[in-house]
Amino acid sequence: MNEKTSATELDRPYVADKPAPRETDDQLRARIPGWGADLDPADRPAVPRERYAPEVTGAHWEFPDRQPELHPRERSIEHGMLTPVFGTVAPLHGVSGAIRRYAYRYSEGRAAHWLLLIAGDRVDSLGAHVRSLATLHPDNPVTESGVLSEVRRRGWSSRVRSRRVDRSHTWIDPILVAGPWVATGVFAVMLARKAVSLARR
Amino acid sequence: MKAMVYRGPYKIRIEEKDIPRIEHPNDAIIRVTKAAICGSDLHLYHGLMPDTRVGTTFGHEFIGVVHEVGPSVENLAVGDRVMVPFNIYCGSCYFCARGLYSNCHNVNPNATAVGGIYGYSHTCGGYDGGQAEYVRVPFADVGPSIIPDWLDDEDALLMTDALATGYFGAQLGDIRHGDTVAVFGAGPVGLCAAKSAWLMGAGRVIVIDHLEYRLAKAREFAHAETIDFAEHDDIVVTMKRATDNLGADVVIDAVGAEADGNFTQHLTGSKLKLQGGSPIALNWAIDSVRKGGTVSVMGAYGPIFSAVKFGDAVNKGLTLRMNQCPAKRQWPRLLEHIRNGYLTPSDIVTHRLPLEAIGEGYHMFSAKLDGCIKTIITMDAA
Repeated sequence: MNEKTSATELDRPYVADKPAPRETDDQLRARIPGWGADLDPADRPAVPRERYAPEVTGAHWEFPDRQPELHPRERSIEHGMLTPVFGTVAPLHGVSGAIRRYAYRYSEGRAAHWLLLIAGDRVDSLGAHVRSLATLHPDNPVTESGVLSEVRRRGWSSRVRSRRVDRSHTWIDPILVAGPWVATGVFAVMLARKAVSLARR
Repeated sequence: MKAMVYRGPYKIRIEEKDIPRIEHPNDAIIRVTKAAICGSDLHLYHGLMPDTRVGTTFGHEFIGVVHEVGPSVENLAVGDRVMVPFNIYCGSCYFCARGLYSNCHNVNPNATAVGGIYGYSHTCGGYDGGQAEYVRVPFADVGPSIIPDWLDDEDALLMTDALATGYFGAQLGDIRHGDTVAVFGAGPVGLCAAKSAWLMGAGRVIVIDHLEYRLAKAREFAHAETIDFAEHDDIVVTMKRATDNLGADVVIDAVGAEADGNFTQHLTGSKLKLQGGSPIALNWAIDSVRKGGTVSVMGAYGPIFSAVKFGDAVNKGLTLRMNQCPAKRQWPRLLEHIRNGYLTPSDIVTHRLPLEAIGEGYHMFSAKLDGCIKTIITMDAA
């Protein structure tokens, strides 16, 4: 289909017949390994969609043991209870934690729930960047963004030797990645100037 | 242990973390030997998935060796070589009992609209993922399976998500003998879906993308016809012309939230996060499928609203089918197909990197550099 669409395809009238196959079954079998191995729609592993068979899962419990809740665990208000098993990475903390905790007052059906969570994500990453400056391992936007691979992984030729459509907005990416760093730097300088001017009074 | 850690949108690094511990009697701790970067990991990396917390380790495609088991684990032993489906699931709830393992109700307190997924934000349960030297695997008697001796590590790794999801996506298309199947997206899932469509008796398989190196792989790996949508003014018209002006019988969206091809949709959906992703491929799928046809959605989208053309879907009488793939349900048949030589998933692997270079791997995959289709992180080399 890389060549231009032919006139005969354009001129085919609308008729009731299914378009004639381009290749016979034998031709397809010869060309495609395994063609038709799952031909019977009823004999496919995802069919039927729901198949009651709890005995095949490996579970040897009717309801799982409960994982200890060592720290208060946020949950969707659509759940009737805390699920018996849950992840424990990155518990809620600080301002981002307060935003996220507030988000969980809303159901998943409310835009406020998701938008507050995204706001919490941004506050979380900003706070982490700022806190990292006071450590021996501060965030490094160059290494952490992987941007150095632009050189090693043919960044220029991967783009210019192609018709790829994302070239129309590639210019946005550096702004999105570096923009918050620049904005934070400007804000920090403004704060420092303000502090100096207050100290001089 | 060393682990990939999220620091904020477009920023990750390697950190030292504690080796995870048994937190539930049916937990196992797996020493990861290989992990992969999935296209849906890019949604996290780009900050698209709500409640993605700094400090989280990504990675829901991994295999490894059992390092420790909880007291109630019966089916695994220390030293077993296992592959772990990307779904975390209990095996006993209303949904698991019916085979909907990806919709488990007992593992994700943060949301009811999605089950548990390793390393995929708190919206998917708040679990660390496998792009690390060790990972906690809940319900060890339910999810992981011992890797058969004859199965190659990279093939096993791709069964944990990309191959299973592509195969599942083709099944959701309800493909019938001789059907024309169109697949939007020639990434790992799209390639596997296109290849799987033939197994179900497709008469034609057409793959659409804008990256020539991926279309070349679709021709070689999936034996598909290809269309570079960057060459066409209107891909929907092109698809109609290619299918006797009727539309394809089945269309599979294997792109998801960061689809390209419409500046406004991409900007608002993918860059500015004002939608749950840019539904460009999904809208093209709805408009490219024939009336009465089926659209199978394998692309991942965020939980907030997206500007999807439901009016066209209604007026065309379409069947829209979608779900996260219950991966382990596909495994017995996939093992048969791999053993018979029908499916060769590791053929899509283009890059192998040590864990220390994972930042480079993410950027390369995100920016589509160096012919990248699938990157594997090899822990043993770290």
